[in-house]
Amino acid sequence: MSESDSNSELFALADSLIDTANPSEQIEVYITRGSSTEVRVHNGDVEHFVSAMSSGIGIRVINDCRTGFAHAGTLDAEIASQVLAEARENVSFSSVDEWAALAEPDGVDVTEQELWSNELESFPTADKIELAKRLEQMTLDSDVRIRVDDTNFVDGGGEGLVVTTTGIRRYGRSNSCYLSVSTLADDTDGTRTGFGFAVGAHPGEFDVERAARDGVDRATRLLGATKPASRSTTVVLDPFVASQLLGIIGSTLSGDAVVRGRSLFADRVGESIAAPTFTLVDDPTDRRAYTATDLDGEGLAARRNVLIDEGELRGFVHSSYSARRAGEGTTGNALRGGYAGSPSAGCLALHLVPGERVQADLIASIDDGVLIEGVSGLHSGVNTVSGDFSVGATGMSIRNGTIAEPVREFTIASTIQRLLNDIVEVGADLEWLPMRASAPSLVIRDVMVSGSS
Amino acid sequence: MIESDVLDRVLNEARCHGAGFAEVYAEDRCNTGVAFDDGRVDGVSSGRDRGAGIRVVNGVTTGYAHTSDLSEKGLLAAARAAADAAGSADGGSVAVALDEKRSGAGTRVEVDPQMVPKARRVEMLTEVDEIARSFNGAVTQVSAGLSDSYRSVLIANSDGVFITDEVTRVLFRVSVVADGDLGMQTGAESLGFTGGWEVFDRYSLADLATEAAEQAVRKLHARPAPSGQLPVVIAQGTGGVLFHEACGHGLEADHIAKGASVYAGRVGELVASPLVTLVDDGTVDGEWGTRSFDDEGQLTRRNVLIEDGVLVDYMWDHIRARDEQRSPSGNGRRQDYASLPMVRMTNTFVLAGEDDPDDIISSTEHGVYVAKLGGGSVNTASGDFVFGMRDAYLIEKGQITEPLREGNLIGNGPQVLSDIDMLGTDFAMGGPGTCGKDGQGVPVGTGQPTLRVSSMTIGGTAA
Repeated sequence: MSESDSNSELFALADSLIDTANPSEQIEVYITRGSSTEVRVHNGDVEHFVSAMSSGIGIRVINDCRTGFAHAGTLDAEIASQVLAEARENVSFSSVDEWAALAEPDGVDVTEQELWSNELESFPTADKIELAKRLEQMTLDSDVRIRVDDTNFVDGGGEGLVVTTTGIRRYGRSNSCYLSVSTLADDTDGTRTGFGFAVGAHPGEFDVERAARDGVDRATRLLGATKPASRSTTVVLDPFVASQLLGIIGSTLSGDAVVRGRSLFADRVGESIAAPTFTLVDDPTDRRAYTATDLDGEGLAARRNVLIDEGELRGFVHSSYSARRAGEGTTGNALRGGYAGSPSAGCLALHLVPGERVQADLIASIDDGVLIEGVSGLHSGVNTVSGDFSVGATGMSIRNGTIAEPVREFTIASTIQRLLNDIVEVGADLEWLPMRASAPSLVIRDVMVSGSS
Repeated sequence: MIESDVLDRVLNEARCHGAGFAEVYAEDRCNTGVAFDDGRVDGVSSGRDRGAGIRVVNGVTTGYAHTSDLSEKGLLAAARAAADAAGSADGGSVAVALDEKRSGAGTRVEVDPQMVPKARRVEMLTEVDEIARSFNGAVTQVSAGLSDSYRSVLIANSDGVFITDEVTRVLFRVSVVADGDLGMQTGAESLGFTGGWEVFDRYSLADLATEAAEQAVRKLHARPAPSGQLPVVIAQGTGGVLFHEACGHGLEADHIAKGASVYAGRVGELVASPLVTLVDDGTVDGEWGTRSFDDEGQLTRRNVLIEDGVLVDYMWDHIRARDEQRSPSGNGRRQDYASLPMVRMTNTFVLAGEDDPDDIISSTEHGVYVAKLGGGSVNTASGDFVFGMRDAYLIEKGQITEPLREGNLIGNGPQVLSDIDMLGTDFAMGGPGTCGKDGQGVPVGTGQPTLRVSSMTIGGTAA
């Protein structure tokens, strides 16, 4: 089936539903359809091969400032009309919310991006398996101390559309892929773990050698790691860790958090909230971002928004709802967890504007510190409302400007507010990761390391 | 959901390349949720998902495909895709002989949630909002939700298993924001039940709302948590997540098989303090991780994992148990029909000890008392794990004193298990948890009595 045929079939389903709208009703139909494969290799054999097709519909109905939502994991027309009936029924139990309304076309043009790779779409299954096997073998061959836990090739592609009674009628499709390896390294003292991955618009862009090297280095560097002494010190977050911190900071800048009184940074627009070296951008129109997109979850054009500019808070990310309520324009940041989720305001593709120096130069300036290469417990030790920040960590000690012994089983702690102000330098090594946020190395001072007393 | 003659044909198609094992897992799921936030009903949603996953195991390779089309045509197409994904074998085509269909006990439901009007749910949440807000003027925001899910499952496999089962769950959650001179703080409570709406006659949502508000307000004056190693006392019921992370995941047979667990090869050895007896039990009435069958059609059961500190056994899924020619443990679980089953915990808990809970606190000179834990995570290969403290206090001279701000604790599984030096008599199960593994979330329960770990690393900021 050609793209346009498939398109018109999905639009026909959406149109048949919104055509039933009463004069007082707003209806939004959100449809997704996609497929994915996951190949896992272990010891030279395929451990599993998952081939998945999924589709679904989510319908929002707003009537008299009241909202109802329903969804189903099928595009069957009969079930879709039941979903609409459920959403309508749900309206009657909802509260009046004067700001409730669907998005309306806002005149912002979609940035044309190449989000679909034909090379990926036509990439043969056997080659996906071969790639994973090759990464596993390359990793094993690099170092005798290494075992491989698993190696994965994952790809997915999908199309989606948003059609509303308010005049939004948008369709998009995209696909993506990555290759990853989880590694184990053993010594008398125990087992250490690492990982490596490769991303690209299609497998031809994968740097498989680098994935193998990272997987080996991350695990073997930690061999012999001990608990560091507790102290307040300077940390260097490597790009993978810094990206996770960016994701947390991004969630504090959600317009929904702001209008509902849950953002640390409400009322701080125009003020300095971070060190002057820190410029944070949400830019889903940059194709290098793994989560690049041309549309947000309400069918508005995705766009570039500068959130923190040289330390100054410039604004928040908004869906049409949070924007209306905040008395601002939408920033095209409605985020949806698939067809089963209602839209909320969130960052789509964050990155940090890189600085001048590479990681080795950053480290060379530090007398005593820790290079943080892995963190854990971001969901249990970070509170984005209070700002408390405490995570488990692994990494390398830094002494007199060079990397020293490996360390593990410690935490690093501060508050989100202080971390931002305590940033000493932003590295030049921006890495585009298979995540919603991408960062270079970050140097932060006065972070509490909790290890041995 | 699917007739047995159709299942026969689908299982045969799934083994068209001669694979040794094939399975059909079909489910029909409905859920209803009402969310209350910011003083109003924030969303009323309904969902319906049905579909089937076909698994084909050919030697070391598993092929998996799923479909939302439960017609014979849709199922056969998925069966062929799974068979192709698993690759060819020389097992030949063997007719499947399904056992007599067995129906699970299902969930004992006194009040069917689907019969509870949405208007009643709105009323309950409105009351929760009012109670939390009226607790203290510092409360600035309240979010609460009531949801239920009903899942009907059918599982048939080429070993003859043919079962159907139903499960009903209800979940309540409330979270509160309080604002003070030192910034905002949060408090949260939840109640999960495998069963019907009757749970809300047994527990008071008003009490949970008050407790969440109290937590948030109390923390407004909390001081930074200590940094470094101290004794830690964990309150009854809330600390099961410690065992879930410190050893639960490490006792899952898939990690063991790959040598990616600190507990591999240690059955029969002392791996914990002799005070510790750890059980995983999917049959505990009403608990969040309870089911009559697991998601591979095996009966759930009570499995003793660690007895008096000695490692007794791991947790198993069907294929690994079959390969080892041992009885299954009922731990093969999956998030939904689109997901492969894995070895997972159900309800994991430590049995009561002999210490008076008050003595545990009073005999601690200087330490941390954790009244409520947050989530956690573990690296099973190294054994290093973290868990969060959501409501914690200093212990000074045997007394619980000042509240502490949030943070993670970190430790190494086998070390922390052997450092448990006091175990209370006051066993209790804790709140509902969602356990994540390889991208899949499943409901789990945890429990333990009040206990003390002689030393753990507290990840605070206070020197």
